[in-house]
Amino acid sequence: MLEFPRWKVIWLWSLTLILAAAAIPSIASTMGYELPASLHAPKVNLGLDLAGGSHILLEADAAQVRQQRIEGMDESVRGKLKQANPDIRISDISNRDGALTFLVEDPSKVDAVREAILPLTNGAGLTGARDWKIDVVDGNRFVLTPTPEGIDLAVSQAMETAVEVVRKRIDALGTREPTIIRSGANRIVVQVPGLQDPQALKNLLGQTAKLEFKLVDTTALQSDIQRGIVPPGSEIVPYAAGKDGGPVGSIAVKRLGGIRGDQLTNAQVTNNQQTNEPQVAITFNTEGGARFAKLTTQNVNKPFAIILDGKVLSAPNINEPILGGSAVISGSFTTQAASNLAISLRSGALPVDLKVVEERTVGPDLGADSIRKGMIAMAVGTLALVAFILAVYGRFGAYACIALVFNVMMILGVMASIGTTLTLPGIAGFVLTIGAAVDANVLINERIREERHRGRRVFQAVETGYKEASRAIFDANITNVIAAMSMAAFGTGPVRGFAIVLLIGIATSVFTAVTLTRMWVAQWLRKARPTEIAL
Amino acid sequence: MKLLKLVPDNTNIKFLRWRVPFYTVSVLLMAASLALVFTKGLNLGVDFIGGQMIRVTFTKSVEAPVGQLRGEIEALGYGEPIIQRYGKPNEISIRMKLPAGADHDSGLSDKMARTITADIKAKHGDARVDGVDSVSGKVSGELWHSAVLSLGLAALAVAAYIWLRFEWQFGIGALFSLVHDVTLTLGMFAVTQLEFDLTIVAALLTLIGYSLNDTIVVYDRIRENLKKYRKMPMPELLDLSVNETLHRTLATSLSMLITLTALLLLGPGVIFGFTAAITLGIFVGTYSSIYMAAPILIWLKVTSKSFVPTDSALDKQERLARGEA
Repeated sequence: MLEFPRWKVIWLWSLTLILAAAAIPSIASTMGYELPASLHAPKVNLGLDLAGGSHILLEADAAQVRQQRIEGMDESVRGKLKQANPDIRISDISNRDGALTFLVEDPSKVDAVREAILPLTNGAGLTGARDWKIDVVDGNRFVLTPTPEGIDLAVSQAMETAVEVVRKRIDALGTREPTIIRSGANRIVVQVPGLQDPQALKNLLGQTAKLEFKLVDTTALQSDIQRGIVPPGSEIVPYAAGKDGGPVGSIAVKRLGGIRGDQLTNAQVTNNQQTNEPQVAITFNTEGGARFAKLTTQNVNKPFAIILDGKVLSAPNINEPILGGSAVISGSFTTQAASNLAISLRSGALPVDLKVVEERTVGPDLGADSIRKGMIAMAVGTLALVAFILAVYGRFGAYACIALVFNVMMILGVMASIGTTLTLPGIAGFVLTIGAAVDANVLINERIREERHRGRRVFQAVETGYKEASRAIFDANITNVIAAMSMAAFGTGPVRGFAIVLLIGIATSVFTAVTLTRMWVAQWLRKARPTEIAL
Repeated sequence: MKLLKLVPDNTNIKFLRWRVPFYTVSVLLMAASLALVFTKGLNLGVDFIGGQMIRVTFTKSVEAPVGQLRGEIEALGYGEPIIQRYGKPNEISIRMKLPAGADHDSGLSDKMARTITADIKAKHGDARVDGVDSVSGKVSGELWHSAVLSLGLAALAVAAYIWLRFEWQFGIGALFSLVHDVTLTLGMFAVTQLEFDLTIVAALLTLIGYSLNDTIVVYDRIRENLKKYRKMPMPELLDLSVNETLHRTLATSLSMLITLTALLLLGPGVIFGFTAAITLGIFVGTYSSIYMAAPILIWLKVTSKSFVPTDSALDKQERLARGEA
């Protein structure tokens, strides 16, 4: 136990010093010195509770993804069967109640329909499941239900796109170093250090920015619309709540035949030269421009509705074909709303609505205050602890205290190297780790003292002390690892921040408190050859 | 240099002599804690019940004008606020229920936060808003679920480990003293009505870790002595083990208390509840590893034979063949 060959000494010291050195940039930074950036020295990140900033948890609506898929399938099926030759007629189409159902008018064509729509479904996941289930009931009624695997896949894809869109929008705000990560099946965590007023951010993220151009159904009577009755193939869309004097109520638009405004190359805020109101000028890409040109060419002198997130912004008349690939959206915006819309359109529409389910903002003063008080408390606590340990264990206590200093530095060093974040509960985790490290040395020293009382000679007493105490130290640390792992796995936020410090701390404190002190004690025993030790 | 001795050498305190009264008192305290948790309830923070919490520090006042604030905020028409001090007397948290419909439109809770903070700033010049937390009912439900899950799993997993490393009686003893520690701490939160939030769950998990640490040290010594002194009666052996580890128990507990006291007195107010929970846990945990974890071994009939490999069937046959009983 007390044999330390030269290679082992060198190896232990190198490991200790390298990890401890990794802590220097972080320590220097809290004291106000910054190392030159050219060194690329990693520092411990401070959590939002220490640095101040905003944390927002966004949640996507999985039910909405499901409905979108069903509506998409509705369109695909109609399109596919229209192309079929000879024409297959279907009726009584419904996309409500979580499934797409329709009747095939000629029951002899059921197999042909099945063949036609089968290519519209895909495999989902690795289990071989399909993303749609196709049933035929009563002989000729098709029921298409999205499978759970298909929904999961769709949600997952929607979330990937959503994270990208969110990132683009936040970058457009110019905030520094945002963290945007997916969390669970349908959530996104956004953390922006230093951001004090998350309102602007939330306005931006709350806007799905799904832009559509649809033809107005001029055959619908306003009195029918008010009663919720529309001609077949049309739907009712309400006007967006604008400024006073704007149009109110709802209009009927044709379900099909419109285009989406997602193929844009640019969107910018401009001022309407007549009314001096802000508006958004959009530029289509080539394909989008061509489709827009086709829509406007075929429908000259008819009104069409510009719809944003299911609300009509305006319903102007198409006076002439618009061939230039650009258009202007006006709709009694405030400057802020127009600017948000431009950013949102540039970054693309969110594939699904996001809503804020959790939000935490920490002021910078509180964070700074917490760091300062935390540091003072740690310094005072550590000094008092060192005095106590020295008083109780003398020379052996001194080794323990030096090991403690290395321990703290190594924890910081490891945290900086692997890029973990230090939170307020993390600081408390530090304190506890120190406690555990001290306990290891206490156990060892007590055991050495006991072995001396039993009459063992110094060398044997130290050897037995380390050996016998190691068992309890090992068991105690394993149980702590188990507790910390369950915190890291099932805990959230602060609990996890605490668990990570604890896990790193357990490893380094066993190393410093057991291995390092044993090396130091062994070297001292060989050099001084004491026959009596004070313990 | 003369070193400090926390207890004289060869102390022999008969801890186990009072095991029945101590056990009775502890079980009564646990029952009382549980009763308090169920009747008075824990003061659950927004992490666990949802809602909005605004932290405010009155930088130039010694004490926050809690009563006045309560009236002012209530007048805003968002319902009755729960205002509580945390840390220093000039640091308060204001908790509100989220307005109806906020689950669908987060703009409503924003508006409430804005109205309240603007009102406070207008009426109190030195008010500094330190943070706003809004947690929806759905998320808070999940947080509560994951907190309970991580606590329960941690306790069961460590008990299983101790069963593996020692004997089943030790596993039960450790689990029982864990339940004891956590229950009493919950009782303290019910009595003081300190806010119970996510960080307190971290504190409870730490407490479990610490208390086990203590229990393991005592158990490790009991196991060692069981092998060493085969004939010693159990209560005497337990007393010996506790006394032998007494100096270590005190040294470690004092070390922890020193750092925790510094954190409690000088540390940031945000983690006051957290440190308070762990500090109490040190006392309770130290006590429980002596009075909860050890005596239960007597009642669960641990003997020196528990660590001797039991006779295999073959041994038994052999003995029977030799005509031994």
